[in-house]
Amino acid sequence: MTKKMHDTPMLDQLESGPWPSFVTGLKRLAKDKDMMVDLLGQLEYSYKTRLGYWKGGTASVIGYGGGVIPRFSEVADRFPESKEFHTLRIMPPPGMHYNTDILRKFCDIWEKHGSGLIALHGQSGDIMFQGCTTEKVQEAFDEINELGFDMGGAGPSVRTSMSCVGHARCEHSCYDEGRAHRSVLNNFTDDLHRPALPYKFKFKYSGCANDCMNSIQRSDMAIIGTWRDDIQVKQDEVKKFVKAKGRKYVIDNVVTRCPTQCLSLNDDDTLAIDNRNCVKCMHCINVMTKALSPGKDRGATILVGGKRTLKIGDLMGTVIVPFMKLESDEDFEKLVELGRNIIDFWAENGLEHERCGEMIERIGLANFLEGIGLDIDPAMLANPRTNPFIRMDDWDDEAAKWKARKTG
Amino acid sequence: MTQPRMPIESGVPDHFQYMHPVMRKNYGQWDWHERPRPGVLHHVAKSGDSVWTVRAGTQRQMDVYTIRKLCDIADQYAEGHVRFTIRSNIEFMVSDEKKVAPLIEALEKNGFPIGGTGNSVSMISHTQGWLHCDIPASDASGAVKSLMDELHHEFTHEEMPNRVRITTSCCQINCGGQGDIAINIQHTKPPKINHDLVANVCERPSVVARCPVAAIRPAMVNGKPSLEVDEKKCICCGACFPPCPPMQINDPEHSKFAIWVGGKNSNARSKPTFHKLVAAGIPNNPPRWPEVGAVVKKILRVYKEDARDWERIGEWVERIGWPRFFELTELPFTKYHVDSWRGARHSLNASAHIRF
Ligand code: HEM
Ligand code: SF4
Ligand code: SF4
Ligand code: SF4
Ligand code: SF4
Repeated sequence: MTKKMHDTPMLDQLESGPWPSFVTGLKRLAKDKDMMVDLLGQLEYSYKTRLGYWKGGTASVIGYGGGVIPRFSEVADRFPESKEFHTLRIMPPPGMHYNTDILRKFCDIWEKHGSGLIALHGQSGDIMFQGCTTEKVQEAFDEINELGFDMGGAGPSVRTSMSCVGHARCEHSCYDEGRAHRSVLNNFTDDLHRPALPYKFKFKYSGCANDCMNSIQRSDMAIIGTWRDDIQVKQDEVKKFVKAKGRKYVIDNVVTRCPTQCLSLNDDDTLAIDNRNCVKCMHCINVMTKALSPGKDRGATILVGGKRTLKIGDLMGTVIVPFMKLESDEDFEKLVELGRNIIDFWAENGLEHERCGEMIERIGLANFLEGIGLDIDPAMLANPRTNPFIRMDDWDDEAAKWKARKTG
Repeated sequence: MTQPRMPIESGVPDHFQYMHPVMRKNYGQWDWHERPRPGVLHHVAKSGDSVWTVRAGTQRQMDVYTIRKLCDIADQYAEGHVRFTIRSNIEFMVSDEKKVAPLIEALEKNGFPIGGTGNSVSMISHTQGWLHCDIPASDASGAVKSLMDELHHEFTHEEMPNRVRITTSCCQINCGGQGDIAINIQHTKPPKINHDLVANVCERPSVVARCPVAAIRPAMVNGKPSLEVDEKKCICCGACFPPCPPMQINDPEHSKFAIWVGGKNSNARSKPTFHKLVAAGIPNNPPRWPEVGAVVKKILRVYKEDARDWERIGEWVERIGWPRFFELTELPFTKYHVDSWRGARHSLNASAHIRF
């Protein structure tokens, strides 16, 4: 390196303390990279003035419309070497599994073409290769792409997805998250790489209601594993658990914490479960990992329209499919088809910069379901409407449809 | 000049090629698990195979030397496979219990804390901040580093009533997401408009459309087309800034931290919830943000003392009631805690349910 380090008295303070320090990492990179010397200078300047100094612009790779997040410095006169500091969003494998060989290859590529700073991972799951000049973006991407990794989403597009560890290591998992993740996303590569939708659209996959991927709140389409038969119980393990923890512990922490009161501890220390009322919340299974597990008839619940704040406030996803079997090839094809129907309908009817959940709020759930060809179901509601301001001319026809569905 | 290289549109890579072989072999066939100690998980498959996972905290934005160091540890003390969690913790998997202790020792020796499992405070999920975003009112990596230094004990121990998941965001757009505790910076002043630049830089109709409260109007200022903001209506969300940088929202003094609690993504016991505002007006004080840490630690201390086993922060507050929460945490309760956005009346108390 040729460039002298800037004084960074404020950032230096972030090198002390027990948690690993990103500042120490940045400084190590600055030993060989002038870009990082100035990046540290700019960051210190932000700390001092309490202002950010990046602005957007354009940077991309051949063939794709998005995925490179361009960053140009507004204080390049002071810190010229980091005047361009773009990020490449790269899609991770489901479950974020790696071996050391591939991680080392990433490091080599990013040391050669970029700043040497990698975020594992962003909040949508991307591996974020941070800090690249416009000139180097293409070469860096080419090498990453040759390793079998592809660009992630940005802009008004299908975004990178995330799935929980699930099938790979978690006994709670109710469907193959990795397969669902890859089946769906790899059918949308065009919508991911060439932004042309009203706004962003995220899929997230969690294998059970613990929702480790926070998908109900943070994705436009959440696929949550569940089951519809009875919880599997090993009564001898229940007895062992009661013996180890005591009846009071089990009553206070398992039985009375069931949200639908479907658990009861029998006199002989076995567990009785009213499965018809179980809402598959996972609590009792989380506590008694050895004694209880999800049922055998497994699949997923699908919710649509979760998002944060902008523009109408936070929205949770809404159930649109209470149960979908996810086992056979056809099941996974159906999941892809559902995603396709939703995105097509939203692309057609969403306003510019309007998330899918906001469109549903604007047009109403019933219209949305009709648009994508799904029947309504009481499981989609917290409760039926409380206000009478609606015309119900077609009540009899609608009631007949419900009856026909029930008998058909 | 040769033809430009077109991308291989390979999509999401196959995970099996990188997965630990025991996990690959028992994919979808796991039976139960336990946590032998904080930071360690032991999963047992129906085949009888076991895998031990050691979870360590990282700084998330890592230099290649740190990643290579983690790879060296994985090669020498684990079995060459790792995975990352949604909160940027790294997990090393081994198929032999005897490898757990040396692996932990190697990680700790190199400064990586072991924890983040069960009823701990796990790594704070965070956003970009001054290091990379174009609208941040604060930093993310630095604020998180400072907090995790303070919460180190709570990461390496499982002493909380239930798990605690914290998020930070460097603007109200809140890329960091929901959390048991969400630490988000909040602008408190309307944008300052540089009228000379608006006409050149901003597509005015799309900026007008961005505003959630219709506070922006096209206007002529000094004979040039520009925009004006009805400051009474403006909620200082900053949404107009990305499409129109001359509408500067960042303000070194008046952008303040706000703290929200009770967000929960899991469906266990209660339904998922959004986090709720409890504190605001907290100064944006780099490099250590001590005022933010003080509030977070206070909330955690009260939660730890008062909540019952398995209650998440939001469930605990639901049980004891919000008045008691403000009493126990000694945080001021103000008119700003009363929601005024659409649907706000759903958050009011329409009952005689009151604790004294
Ligand atoms: C203007 C500059 C912005 C930057 C640099 C930025 C940066 C980021 C980054 C790096 C991530 C993680 C991405 C990944 O993992 O692939 C992210 C996630 C996110 N962004 Fe932004 N963001 C910006 C604007 C916005 C806006 C305008 C919104 C919403 C209106 C938004 C909402 C979100 C949300 C909700 C997430 C988390 C999503 C999830 O959990 O999947 N961001 N942002
Ligand atoms: S969401 Fe459920 S299946 Fe997936 S990792 Fe979490 S607990 Fe396991
Ligand atoms: S999964 Fe939840 S709802 Fe079902 S029995 Fe267990 S605690 Fe009750
Ligand atoms: S929270 Fe705001 S400032 Fe932070 S990364 Fe997201 S958009 Fe940028
Ligand atoms: S800050 Fe938000 S509310 Fe204020 S003018 Fe801009 S978009 Fe509108």
